[in-house]
Amino acid sequence: MPSPSASVPLRLEYRDVTMRFADRGGSGSGALTAVRGVSFAVRDGEVVSLIGPSGCGKSTLLNIGSGLMAPSKGAALVDGAPVAGPNAHVAFMLQKDLLLPWRTVAQNVMFGVEIQGVPAPDRRQRAANLLEQFNLAEFSDAYPHQLSGGMRQRVALARTLAVDPHVLLLDEPFSAVDAQTRMSLQRDLAQTLARAQKTALLITHDLFEAVTLSDRVLVMSRRPGVIIDEIAIDVPGRDDPIGRRADPRVAGYVARLMDRLDIAHAPRERQPAAGSA
Amino acid sequence: MKPGGDPSMRKGAGASLALLVFFLAAWEWGPQALGVPSFIVPPLSTVATEFVHAFQFDHLLLHTGVTIGEVLAGFVLGSLLGAFVGYLLGMSPAAELALSPYILALQIAPKVAFAPLFILWMGFTVYPKILVAILIVFFPVMVNVLTALRNVDPDLINLARAFTATRAQIFWKIEFPNSMPPMFAGLRIGATLAVVGVVVGELVGGNVGLGYLLTFGEGQANTPLVFVSIVMLTLVGGIAYLAVILVERRVLHYLPKRELGGEL
Repeated sequence: MPSPSASVPLRLEYRDVTMRFADRGGSGSGALTAVRGVSFAVRDGEVVSLIGPSGCGKSTLLNIGSGLMAPSKGAALVDGAPVAGPNAHVAFMLQKDLLLPWRTVAQNVMFGVEIQGVPAPDRRQRAANLLEQFNLAEFSDAYPHQLSGGMRQRVALARTLAVDPHVLLLDEPFSAVDAQTRMSLQRDLAQTLARAQKTALLITHDLFEAVTLSDRVLVMSRRPGVIIDEIAIDVPGRDDPIGRRADPRVAGYVARLMDRLDIAHAPRERQPAAGSA
Repeated sequence: MKPGGDPSMRKGAGASLALLVFFLAAWEWGPQALGVPSFIVPPLSTVATEFVHAFQFDHLLLHTGVTIGEVLAGFVLGSLLGAFVGYLLGMSPAAELALSPYILALQIAPKVAFAPLFILWMGFTVYPKILVAILIVFFPVMVNVLTALRNVDPDLINLARAFTATRAQIFWKIEFPNSMPPMFAGLRIGATLAVVGVVVGELVGGNVGLGYLLTFGEGQANTPLVFVSIVMLTLVGGIAYLAVILVERRVLHYLPKRELGGEL
């Protein structure tokens, strides 16, 4: 769908991805199509947000991108190669921090690199650097239950970055923390992504989060999910979401997203989405 | 375990101690006061005297040692077997499906009822007692391990898979450590049940162990000796339970204190 400038390589690409799930014996309506014919690409160093109503298949796309699921049709590509299974170039982060309670903070950060066989001194170094960067160095030897929700999510982000992935897939990473913590986490994420020039696909329900953190926002329809809009965010300062929030253009983008998502017409919940009637 | 600075905890410990003193006093003077003959409920001092007597002339130490050995062997082997089968079934849903009706049947069957059978098979040795203990310890450990494997957060498995973890890595880095807290809950139950299994085995047949000493005392209408045996058995069970808790605290040190079970 997008036509990125040819000079910047594509990191992540979805080509005509369709995902059907077998009916779980309930409604008897046969297979359930989560997403249909989704195509888009994320350029190197770009941050793209994916928004859409609940159950529109956003998380399915993320699972396909990380190789945890194979699409029924089409393909996901990372660095031009089809994703055939989990691979070291992609890392994901969920709303749940998924920290292991029996590991210290530093050991949790090292979880991914340990699995990938990075030598011990190297992974200790990486964990120390990341914890330093997120102001968590003094908690290296603490256990997850001793941390606040925001700190836990920071540790989860550090664990995701520790494997030095080419692509980060983030599934509502900050939706479980309070509003203030969320803003500081968003700032940390934005700065980290900008500094390391990481490519990221962010799923979120928070329209301000989508607009302030991204270069582009893709809007999905209700199930079966198709991409119905693409908005390039033409506001400077992607590494400073709090400053960006103050830009008057942001409100305009959010209004447009609300319109595309039919949020303004909330009572018409049951109305079929455009294109699926 | 130790009374903390918390005033309510100190109060509880104090009440507990007072209750013990009251209980021992009631044991000593209660029967006489109520006119209960000492061959029905011997007072504390008689039991204490019998304890010394049994220690000197009835090989109390030997009987206790044999029982401890059987409990230990039954508990260790039963736990290992239970954990092993639990992990095996947890890794293979097909095997669990095939075996679950039989496991359920065996779990429902009262394990102590096997004691006479095992003695028929193996004679008046320590082995039938150990076998009953193994059988009885096996289930709580196995069921808890199996349930723990069933209940691993699938997102945790997906996280490991996304990091390209192998099946073995998923087991050792997630499933196995994740099963530790429920497994220790099973071990705590198993530790006390092991004593039950061994005693029933000793009651049914043999000429050594605290269970045998119980029947020996009963045969001689030596009520104080029966009491001595019961006290010793309680002690053995208590020590087994305590040992498990000490190991548990070491292994599960990462859990917040309130989530550690077995408060004493």
